[in-house]
Amino acid sequence: MAKKKVLYGVFNDDHVLLDAVKNIRARGVRIQEVFTPFPIHGIDEAMEHRPTGLHTAGFVFGLVGVSLMFLYMTWINTVNYPNIFGGKPFFSLPAFIPILFEVTVLSAAVGMVVVYFVLNGLSPIRQKPVIDPRSSDDKFIIAFSADELSEEEKHEISTLLQENGAIEINEKVL
Amino acid sequence: MFVSPLREPLINGSKDYHQITDDIARGTEGRPTLPWLLGLGLSSTIMLLGFLLIGLTIWYGIGTWNLNRTIGWGWDITNFVWWIGIGHAGTLISAILLLFRQKWRTGVNRAAEAMTIFAVACAGLYPLIHMGRIWLMFYIMPYPTTRGVWPNFDSPLLWDVFAISTYLTVSLLFWYIGLVPDFATLRDRSKAKIRKAIYGTLSFGWKGSSKQWQRFEAISLVLAGLATPLVLSVHSVVSFDFATSVIPGWHTTIFPPYFVSGAIFSGFAMVLTLMIITRKVLHLEDYITKAHIESMNKVIILTGSIVGVAYITELFMAWYSGNIYEQYAFMNRAMGPYAWAYWIMMTANVVSPQLLWFRKLRRSFYFTFFLSIIINIGMWFERFVIIVTSLHRDFLPSSWSYYVPTLAEVGIYVGTLGLFFTLFLLFARTFPVIAIAEVKSILKTAGNQVIEKMHKQEMESENPATVE
Repeated sequence: MAKKKVLYGVFNDDHVLLDAVKNIRARGVRIQEVFTPFPIHGIDEAMEHRPTGLHTAGFVFGLVGVSLMFLYMTWINTVNYPNIFGGKPFFSLPAFIPILFEVTVLSAAVGMVVVYFVLNGLSPIRQKPVIDPRSSDDKFIIAFSADELSEEEKHEISTLLQENGAIEINEKVL
Repeated sequence: MFVSPLREPLINGSKDYHQITDDIARGTEGRPTLPWLLGLGLSSTIMLLGFLLIGLTIWYGIGTWNLNRTIGWGWDITNFVWWIGIGHAGTLISAILLLFRQKWRTGVNRAAEAMTIFAVACAGLYPLIHMGRIWLMFYIMPYPTTRGVWPNFDSPLLWDVFAISTYLTVSLLFWYIGLVPDFATLRDRSKAKIRKAIYGTLSFGWKGSSKQWQRFEAISLVLAGLATPLVLSVHSVVSFDFATSVIPGWHTTIFPPYFVSGAIFSGFAMVLTLMIITRKVLHLEDYITKAHIESMNKVIILTGSIVGVAYITELFMAWYSGNIYEQYAFMNRAMGPYAWAYWIMMTANVVSPQLLWFRKLRRSFYFTFFLSIIINIGMWFERFVIIVTSLHRDFLPSSWSYYVPTLAEVGIYVGTLGLFFTLFLLFARTFPVIAIAEVKSILKTAGNQVIEKMHKQEMESENPATVE
């Protein structure tokens, strides 16, 4: 992967960061990403993130899981191995419900977690570098992609960051 | 932002974000302390002893235990239900309280969920050992085989297999999703190379971007929504193992809610036992406060009272049903050969939690610690009473029996306690015991400095003259 340059401002406080994000975006400057030690309320709106599709993924996985299990159990109990258990009919839907419920939860949860890791680019082996290690402790970071910025634009962004309360402005090649 | 000054702070000591990281990460850094090493030595010795007895049981067969034709379920199933029940508190704290937006959960959810996973692991051992021929345990899996036989999908025992394996998997995933950002915090402050590599791998390369956090919050909410009915279903399914049978004393429709509330009751007691020790040993007094203990004690009063009502309802229904076998089963429980176990259960589960109506007792660490152990003993006896007392009077008086466990049965129980504490001690030493990111996110609404400031403002606005 090609080396990437980032310009980033470091903030001390989550509220200051949120205001800074709003002000900078209002000036029409494109923010690459914001890195914070914990989720900040309102940052999704400020960054205009699209709502995540994870919920839908969970629903689809749950639906697929429960349907397959229903067909599987019905096939076993009526076609492949029809036996009378406790005087119940071969196809006894009420007795299937606990297992169907558990399988719905299991497939929805496992499927969602896999999608979550893939979408977030999380993996135990192939990992991308962290811009500033302090962003998982007590610092809040606004990062700009600096590959195509001229010196003038960089200067402009730096002033903007400073005006909005950044305590440090750094440039880094990742 | 307005914060009610009536709310009790959940983080004391006027912390800032960096201090929170330091305080919680400290437990995983530096050399292990002497109490930790002693604790690990003791619990792992007990664990190995338990494994030895499990080995003997598997080698010689279930005959190593004192079960007989009348009493086919004894200590093993008692312990199984007890451990599963303990697990329930973790999921309740992390899932149900997340949906209810209870901020105090952030201080205890990580450890409570670890406790859930370890308790379910201990529980899962018992049915496996009880199978006798443990090497044939794959027979319970529903896959197409040349044997041509399928497991019975209409049986609560098979439902249990699905319920418990799902519960373990979902709890583990939920726990790990929450751990990822905290592992990243530990990775970023690690100096040593190996340590950084290990936490780096565990953190899955988490960066904390706003998009990642958005998905994090979404998945936490949905997993909480899935885990909430799951936690209620697991102990309901466990109770079906009994309720769908024809044994007087088991065959009752009250079992599912009664088992679930009992599970939460005993689980919270175990969380309190662990957290009161952990906060002292790891110096987390500022994060696990009296407010946390009080909130958990309130859950204990609620669920303990539900359990008490359930016991009395059972007695009432036995009388009201007019069924002589049912009536005999309950008379025999309270006055028969196992009456001692019944009265231990009644005292520990019905009477003792009522003491928590006193504010002073409910906010006392020493009393809560003592009571939490009493409750766990009481809840163990509840399962023992339900299982053994109901079985020991068979339908034919010639089959009546009395059951005393063998050394192997007691040893396996103590061994799983060893396993549980070994796992918990290893967890407390290598994992962030408190969810770092989540505690940081409530600092500005539940930190003592914020609430004190609000309190001061309120005083000033009420008596403007005194400010001069």
